[in-house]
Amino acid sequence: MAKSIDVSDLDIYYGDFLAVEGVNMHIKARSVTAFIGPSGCGKSTVLRSLNRMHEVIPGAHVQGKVTVDGQSLYDSAVDPVAVRRQIGMVFQRPNPFPTMSIYENVLAGNRLNSKKMKKTEADDIVERSLKGANLWNEVKDRLDKPGMGLSGGQQQRLCIARAIAVEPQVLLMDEPCSALDPISTSAIEDLIHELKSDYTIVIVTHNMQQAARVSDETGFFNLKAAGQPGHLVEFNATPKMFANPDNEATEAYISGRFG
Amino acid sequence: MTTAIREPEQQQELPARARTTRVGDAVFRRTALGAALLVVGLLAGVAIFLVIQGLPALDASGEQAYGKPSVWSYVGPLLFGTILSSALALVIVTPLAIGLALVISHYAPSKVAKPVGYLVDLLAAVPSVVFGLWGIAVLAPRMVPIFDWLNDWFGWIPLFAGPVSNSGRTLLTASVVLALMALPIVTAILREIFAQTPTTQQEAALALGATRWEMIRMAVLPYARSGMVAALLLGLGRALGETMAVAMVLSATGAIISFDVISSANSNTIAAAIANNYANAAGLKINVLIFAGLALFVLTFAVNFLGRYVATRGQVKA
Amino acid sequence: MSTTTDLKTPTPDQLEPLMGGTLPRVAPLLVGVCSVALGALAWLLGLSPVVGVVVAWLGYVLGYTVWSRSVEGSRKATDALMRTLMWTAFVLAMLPLVSLIWTVVARGLPVLTPQFLNDDMSGRALLGVGGGIYHAIMGTVMVTAIAAIIAVPIGLFTAIYLVEYGKNNRLAKVITFLVDVMTGIPSIVAGLFAVALFIVVTGDPLPRLGIGGAIALAVLMLPTVIRSVEEMLKLVPDDLREASYALGVPRWRTIVKVVLPTAVAGIVTGITLAIARVAGETAPLLLILGTARVANWNPFEGPVQTLPVYIFQSLGQTTHFKYGEIWTDRVWGAALFLIIIVMSLNLVARIIGKAFAPKTGR
Repeated sequence: MAKSIDVSDLDIYYGDFLAVEGVNMHIKARSVTAFIGPSGCGKSTVLRSLNRMHEVIPGAHVQGKVTVDGQSLYDSAVDPVAVRRQIGMVFQRPNPFPTMSIYENVLAGNRLNSKKMKKTEADDIVERSLKGANLWNEVKDRLDKPGMGLSGGQQQRLCIARAIAVEPQVLLMDEPCSALDPISTSAIEDLIHELKSDYTIVIVTHNMQQAARVSDETGFFNLKAAGQPGHLVEFNATPKMFANPDNEATEAYISGRFG
Repeated sequence: MTTAIREPEQQQELPARARTTRVGDAVFRRTALGAALLVVGLLAGVAIFLVIQGLPALDASGEQAYGKPSVWSYVGPLLFGTILSSALALVIVTPLAIGLALVISHYAPSKVAKPVGYLVDLLAAVPSVVFGLWGIAVLAPRMVPIFDWLNDWFGWIPLFAGPVSNSGRTLLTASVVLALMALPIVTAILREIFAQTPTTQQEAALALGATRWEMIRMAVLPYARSGMVAALLLGLGRALGETMAVAMVLSATGAIISFDVISSANSNTIAAAIANNYANAAGLKINVLIFAGLALFVLTFAVNFLGRYVATRGQVKA
Repeated sequence: MSTTTDLKTPTPDQLEPLMGGTLPRVAPLLVGVCSVALGALAWLLGLSPVVGVVVAWLGYVLGYTVWSRSVEGSRKATDALMRTLMWTAFVLAMLPLVSLIWTVVARGLPVLTPQFLNDDMSGRALLGVGGGIYHAIMGTVMVTAIAAIIAVPIGLFTAIYLVEYGKNNRLAKVITFLVDVMTGIPSIVAGLFAVALFIVVTGDPLPRLGIGGAIALAVLMLPTVIRSVEEMLKLVPDDLREASYALGVPRWRTIVKVVLPTAVAGIVTGITLAIARVAGETAPLLLILGTARVANWNPFEGPVQTLPVYIFQSLGQTTHFKYGEIWTDRVWGAALFLIIIVMSLNLVARIIGKAFAPKTGR
């Protein structure tokens, strides 16, 4: 299921404004890749460009190349809707659909394609996805209750369950723990470890300890100067990145001297 | 709200300055209270005067009740016409307003959406008498071929039974004008509600691979549901109470009950009947018209109340 | 959402999962041209133009949906269908509204001469010579101004009571409810109230006087004024009030010197919009103002003409075999001028709201 992603010479624009410049990286299949860097350096923008979610903002466009196992995401014939289906996303704030039950929330993505699903098939997907998101035991007795009734951490795991229910190839996570308490955060981090065996995961985080804990490889983004576009400073295996980075700026950031 | 704010009333000995303060406060407070009570009195006055001047109409019959045996058989058909025309207007305005609002909030690029939004806001201010004028001069003649067509194909539905009016000044034309008048205000509210849908909900749907319409159905419409009902009921309230557009456009037959909305034998509405008949009214006829106005007041009050109830219930839930 | 790429097209088998079929970019245009041709054909075959348009539209909707469904699948076909329906609603809604503005401007503009604005309907104007709307403009200004003089202070103080003194006590709740009820009063009912009131006050079975119209308009204005002022006062943060009390400023001076100035832009905007709305009211005035041919500056006696009523009452003359034409011109000229007044008030309100928005961080 999992696939690798290649990014080459990627420039991202909002209208005329160049937000991120010259990104090159190879994201390995079945691994966790973390993006770190100071606020406004474009790491979320790069993450969103991996499933074309940045296009939600009018005027956003890219130059360069993003390929998933050799398939270009930005070819003119490629449908962004199909891209997003295969590359799932989890957001900063948990966003279950307020009018749907837990059960319906998990199935929201699947319902798009097959309106008439067999009850047993649907039950299977819900159970498998919620188990995959480590949420099954907590909610199995109240699947018909609204998703908004759960705690923040549970809601976020519900969103992860919703994302993996459609069996994507890649899972993008945009600061998935920044709105959560430490215990919920630790539950999500455990989950990321487990999901790694099935999915390619890319996670944006502000928290360097988190990056060090969960990721196999890390990309450090920074602004060249205030008002300049963001760029990828260094991309390396996480142990090397935190112990002995190649770049001085990376070392300065990681050791807390700026940012 | 803070409860900590209280006037300093417990002081025992007042210096001169504190005394003027206290007098100033008292005067200001009483003025505000007086204004508030005046509003209560005014509304009570509206109800009381309408009842006092309307009740004598219960004795009216024959000539005094515009040729009907009693005031009820005069007001009844008018009530029917009012509800029929407003219901038709609601049927017309609902898809148009939802479509227009969604185009402005979700489909059109902002270069189109912004000016259109402004235009719609300004159109909400166009006086009803101008809508009526346009209805007679422009819309009514153009409705005739549409009526012909409706009559040819859907004549078996009582609404389009015909015979088709030559002038086009029928209840359906009036309903179209009512719908267009309600359109700007209903669209403005719907647009607001649609635009308030949290971005996170919309992104959640898109990230699951939803198309734009699927995103609207998954995230926007459920979020906006109670607000949509309230906005449409507000539009209905407007249509029920609207006078001039109907009084000008409709060539009414009188207080009759007729489901046929494209023929020249039309039901009339309460508001239009009052406007058209008032100039020649005298004696008990005035009371009959005031009684009809009272009935209209009760009806619009019920609709507005329902709209507010739906809106507040939605807020509590969300 | 343009996407620029510098890629050569990859081989199709690689892309299989990412793209189902996609219609060519010119597809909407292609289907559009075919549908228009179809509609034209229907028209040429003797069907009415209305049917032609309907045929063309149906052709487009069906053609595009079926094509999209066969190539792109049902989900994208539904998406395309809904998009078409949305834009259809958009066009259907905008067409009459634009037509309305266009008609009024096109027919009214040639009529709007200085003479038309400065004449009244006395003397020979009643027949076919000259005549104008001076008296109606002045009547509109007078009646609306009196209505504002009545409604604005009452509305302002009521809102102050609700926000500053009431604070959810029982009277405030009752008033809030009653204001809701008042919002729903049909305008003609407000007119009937004024009539019923002055029948009792003057004893005249058919009272005709300007102040009656002003009272009817005030009844219609009040809820709008109270609501908008209330909203604005609620936006003023309590910190400001407390800061003022802490300086020993008495409560009423706090309201006058701190609260009201902070909210003044929003209040003025709300009041101006309320005035604009009642300036175009017809129905209530029709009942109590009667018909006047010259300006009447005495609100306590005799009929007064306003623009909306002038338009409505002149309508009956437009079918006159001899003078119909000039009456038609007058009606459109008056309608255009009325729109200009109302729209200017709206624009002014919006500009005030934008330019002097309270700097409270909201």
